[in-house]
Amino acid sequence: MNLTLKIWRQKDSSSKGQMVDYKVTEISEHMSFLEMMDVLNEQLVVKGEEPVAFDHDCREGICGMCSMYINGEAHGPDRGITTCQLHMRMFNDGDTITIEPFRAAAFPVIKDLVVDRSAFDRIQHAGGYISVNTSGNTQDANAIPISKHAADEAMDAATCIGCGACVATCKNSSAMLFVGAKVSQYALLPQGQVEAADRVKNMVAQMDLEGFGNCTNTGACEVECPKGISLDNIARMNRELLKASI
Amino acid sequence: MAGFFKSSVGRKVAMALSAFFLMFFLIIHLAVNITSLFSADLFNELSHFMGTNPLVQFALQPVLIFGVVFHFVMGFILELQNKKANGVSYARNNGSANSSWMSRNMIYSGLVILAFIVLHFIDFWFPELNVKYIQGDMSGMHNGEYRYFHELVEKFHNPLRVGAYVISFVLLGLHLAHGFTSAFQSMGSTAGRQKTMQQIGKAYSILIPLGFIIIAVYHHLNPHH
Repeated sequence: MNLTLKIWRQKDSSSKGQMVDYKVTEISEHMSFLEMMDVLNEQLVVKGEEPVAFDHDCREGICGMCSMYINGEAHGPDRGITTCQLHMRMFNDGDTITIEPFRAAAFPVIKDLVVDRSAFDRIQHAGGYISVNTSGNTQDANAIPISKHAADEAMDAATCIGCGACVATCKNSSAMLFVGAKVSQYALLPQGQVEAADRVKNMVAQMDLEGFGNCTNTGACEVECPKGISLDNIARMNRELLKASI
Repeated sequence: MAGFFKSSVGRKVAMALSAFFLMFFLIIHLAVNITSLFSADLFNELSHFMGTNPLVQFALQPVLIFGVVFHFVMGFILELQNKKANGVSYARNNGSANSSWMSRNMIYSGLVILAFIVLHFIDFWFPELNVKYIQGDMSGMHNGEYRYFHELVEKFHNPLRVGAYVISFVLLGLHLAHGFTSAFQSMGSTAGRQKTMQQIGKAYSILIPLGFIIIAVYHHLNPHH
């Protein structure tokens, strides 16, 4: 496959960026999108040009590092995948592919396609945990009865890898799917009840402080989420906050 | 609780509460207006009651005005926050791949509805306030009969006004098509995501605007009663 790539290039966080056109040739349809980017970068290095900076780590679809906005969609046109799991067979020979960083005021660009998603870390620090006594007297988690339904729903919420696709794809740059998932995974379990009220209050407060937008229930996040996190988690977060505030 | 309504989630809850109130009001408004299709007398009686009953005028009406103003003002505040949260816009954004047009354009359907409300107030509400509270004529009579039905028919004489009303009602329908189920989600209920409620929402967002459209068009086509 021969492709034209329109890629956002930005030297650093304080520079102004712009879209730059590149040609790549002889791309195999079996390559992953990131492998195609590797091929481009090899070509750029050979030519003595600066390679395109992009985030990646496990390349197995689970770490949540890769973060490109491809042809107007977070992680590209396929569903239930991260960019590393997007294959070039989703595209056609001769295509022009637009590649941009995840956009949100709370996700500032560091360089090219790399954005700073540490706002998510700070939201997690605000309450995305349970305080467990690890003195040696910790109760065996399997000794606490939990319904299959609650366990499954909590697990579904916990599969969020914090990639930020929800924010990137949201027209309001809202982080409510992420925060909803992180609140829900504990709200559904007995271990999460002790700190439930403080957790939701503090996480929502941090989310607002970071400058994420408000949910308008377009549902775009749920569609683009690599892990299929349900919009129900946002409703649960809203419920939890109502409960904690009344 | 004050802190709650300052949070993003709380503001959406407030938005949804005002939306539920306004959606309930639309049902009442349509129920009264629809009588004009088959009984001028009944329409006159109901209009006079709504226009002169102290409970309606001085208890419900202020709540309604507050609800309308709140829904618009909060809508704009949230929209501005969301725009600010966006940062740099995408060179290419494929919104239709993952969301409905209605859900992405609530601010625009809302603005059309706002423009309509201004027109609607100039057409009906301000003249009504003038007659009742400035001229002090609470009788509701003109030339020995109730004036309401006659005024209604008169207003829909102008095809431009009828056109503006019809377009506004279509946009209202699009606004409701997303807003009805979305309000449940904002309130923390998953009911809006269930099939039955989605069908009720669809029916509501079609039937309410359609009812208003039928009334406007009917009186335009039947000017002489």
